[in-house]
Amino acid sequence: MTQQEHGCIHPNCHELLGRLSDYVDGELDQALCIEIEKHMAECERCHLVIDTLRKTVELYRSMPTPPLPDDVRGRLLLRLNLEDFVVKSDEINTEDKKAPAGME
Amino acid sequence: MNETMEQTHPEPSLQALQSGDRLEFSRLVEAYSAPIYRLALKILGNQQDAEDVLQETFIKAYRHLGEFEGRSKISTWLYRIASNEALMLLRRRHPEAISVDEDVQTTDGEQEPVEIADWCCLPEEELLTTESRDYLDHAIDTLSPNLKVVFLLRDIEGLSVREAAEALHISEAAVKTRLLRARLQLREELSHYYAERLGEVRRI
Ligand SMILES: [Zn+2]
Repeated sequence: MTQQEHGCIHPNCHELLGRLSDYVDGELDQALCIEIEKHMAECERCHLVIDTLRKTVELYRSMPTPPLPDDVRGRLLLRLNLEDFVVKSDEINTEDKKAPAGME
Repeated sequence: MNETMEQTHPEPSLQALQSGDRLEFSRLVEAYSAPIYRLALKILGNQQDAEDVLQETFIKAYRHLGEFEGRSKISTWLYRIASNEALMLLRRRHPEAISVDEDVQTTDGEQEPVEIADWCCLPEEELLTTESRDYLDHAIDTLSPNLKVVFLLRDIEGLSVREAAEALHISEAAVKTRLLRARLQLREELSHYYAERLGEVRRI
């Protein structure tokens, strides 16, 4: 957890940490990208941290939006006086099976 | 902006909405009620509270449509109303949970990563079992409210950094700081979890 245990003397490791989000999002300017990639090539630990950080974001982004529970939806439409403007939820369920199985 | 997320809904017509077009408003509700409910549920951890926030969000949106100037996307504006409502309710429920100076930029930088395991190589079906998905979901609950709401808007709802900043009324720099902290913290949680899975896979 200290810099020594980290196994690399670069002051970079710590500095680098502050820029990881931008790097993972591909929003870092090229010079800094190159710097990070150079460091990753030399420092296995940072490499792993970045890979797993990227994977973490990827996994969360791949999570589908669970459909709104029918009762919640019904009460919302009622409250907004919109029942007449939208397709009834049971009609949707028969026409539209996009929601993945197993979602709550 | 790089729109990598599932933004399947075209922006509703502001003009139609502002002229009181109920059908267009119902489209807005259909498009955003599920994500807004999810957001509120994750912030508040309670279905009834989340439902209240969901209803309040659209009621307020409907009432204030005329004042909306269209400088941001309507969806960003909706997320702004919803986060506001949810955080206000959270403060009322748990006054101790949100500290104002929680995210004052610390000079000593970020928490050093602790868990080091190469779990990226786990097969996709191992990363995304039902159990893993539950774990991912619950890991979000370990974040403090200020980190959580930024993470939810950016990485779950797919807003850009700028949109999240607009929705939360904070600077983009603050969004980035909180986002990084949230992501690093979740990386620790996931690494801990998947390192065990990795051990199981290797043992087979
Ligand atoms: Zn390093």
